[in-house]
Amino acid sequence: MYTWHWEQIPQYFPLIGAATLRTLQISVVSIVLGSLLGALAGLMRVQPVRPIRFLAAAYVELLRNIPLMLVLYLIYFGLGAFFPVSPFWAAVVGLSVFEGAYVAEIARAGIESVDRGQMEAARSLGMSWLQSMRHVIVPQAVRRSLPPLTGQFVSLVKDSSLASLVSYEELMLVGRQINSRIFSPFEVFLTIGAIYFALCLTLSLLSRWQEARLARP
Amino acid sequence: MVSIRGASRRFSGGHYGVRGITLDVSRGETLVVMGPSGSGKSTLLRCVNGLERLDEGEIIIDGMRVNHETTDWNKVREEVGMVFQGFHLFPNRTALENLTLPQTVVRRRPAAEAKTVARALLDRVGLGGKESRFPAELSGGEKQRVAIARALAMNPKIMLFDEPTSALDPEMILEVLEVMRDLAGEGMTMLVVTHEIGFAREVAQRAVFLDEGLLVEAGPARDLIDRPETARCRAFMQRILRRPGGESVRPGPASESSWT
Repeated sequence: MYTWHWEQIPQYFPLIGAATLRTLQISVVSIVLGSLLGALAGLMRVQPVRPIRFLAAAYVELLRNIPLMLVLYLIYFGLGAFFPVSPFWAAVVGLSVFEGAYVAEIARAGIESVDRGQMEAARSLGMSWLQSMRHVIVPQAVRRSLPPLTGQFVSLVKDSSLASLVSYEELMLVGRQINSRIFSPFEVFLTIGAIYFALCLTLSLLSRWQEARLARP
Repeated sequence: MVSIRGASRRFSGGHYGVRGITLDVSRGETLVVMGPSGSGKSTLLRCVNGLERLDEGEIIIDGMRVNHETTDWNKVREEVGMVFQGFHLFPNRTALENLTLPQTVVRRRPAAEAKTVARALLDRVGLGGKESRFPAELSGGEKQRVAIARALAMNPKIMLFDEPTSALDPEMILEVLEVMRDLAGEGMTMLVVTHEIGFAREVAQRAVFLDEGLLVEAGPARDLIDRPETARCRAFMQRILRRPGGESVRPGPASESSWT
């Protein structure tokens, strides 16, 4: 019979709190970097020069078909053999590069979902490809991409738990450390789980509010 | 003003959009392009502003040879306005913003000046007071008039119209044709793909008939419509004149417009 020991948890609140902040930190930095990278790769996939398109496609396909854990190991242990890589940067670079590939696909789908006529109208008014993208296509694509992007960001927050494998002291790693001290897996991991749940739900709600705000005729 | 010399455009798969078309449009002239669907009318228009690339031949617009490798299409398109069958207004921008955006981005006009131009043009196409409407809040006819005003805001030397009224409900066709007629009256050079016989008769100086990518017949608009010389053109005219509502915008006592 399992004996509950919830009273063991509160003493670790400061530790868990600090770990939550670190999870938030790598998540937010990776969301920003991954989005920038993904937006760039997405644009590269729809622009007219073939070799550039190929380059972006190679990046996307490569990263989408290997596990994130492997990417993290390659950076932390692989690159780490050549120059010092801190757990923080290994996690952030790994997550950003990995999520960037998925964001690129979302960006490409968003751009391609905008009616072809929009580009033709913009071009026929004398705008360059880049101007048309910037002023006409991308604003429409971003709005349509918000729901899938949110899903991707939620995934990223959960994926950030893998940073524990490159010894970054985020929620998951701290949870494991606490559990090895008090051997109360349910209490520890349910607590950690509740924090992940709260973070991800907040993110979803924030973006739903943002979507509603952007919804114009 | 526009000189098209032996223009051909081949699509992947080998069939031609247009084949060896030679055509001149002089300054201030309105030329109507007619023909069955798939005859290359749209392709011809799209070649003039570079939305389609020419495979053979050349097009010269106001002295600029435009199908050369080194053609700066952005420069050319600044001088050539285009109006599409499907309007293609920017849906996330108001009517006014649809007109100011290209002015500020391409012509680099200050925002205030762009707004003044935009207001005047919207007024001119009968849409004063609807500046802050989004495209979804406008009727088809209103959308197309905004699209025309948007093209005019760039001060083009030539206007291309690709079936501008084909996507409109019948009661909205006239309001768009009115705007186009006024424009022609002011001396704009216009190349118009349309099946509106009434408009072609009254407004166009010349008309050409395309079929299967070839220029089959060219002549004064009235002659081409009323006395076509080739069998193919005659058959086409008979078909569109017979279709219900085919002559709905022809001047006549029943018409509410001022075509006469």
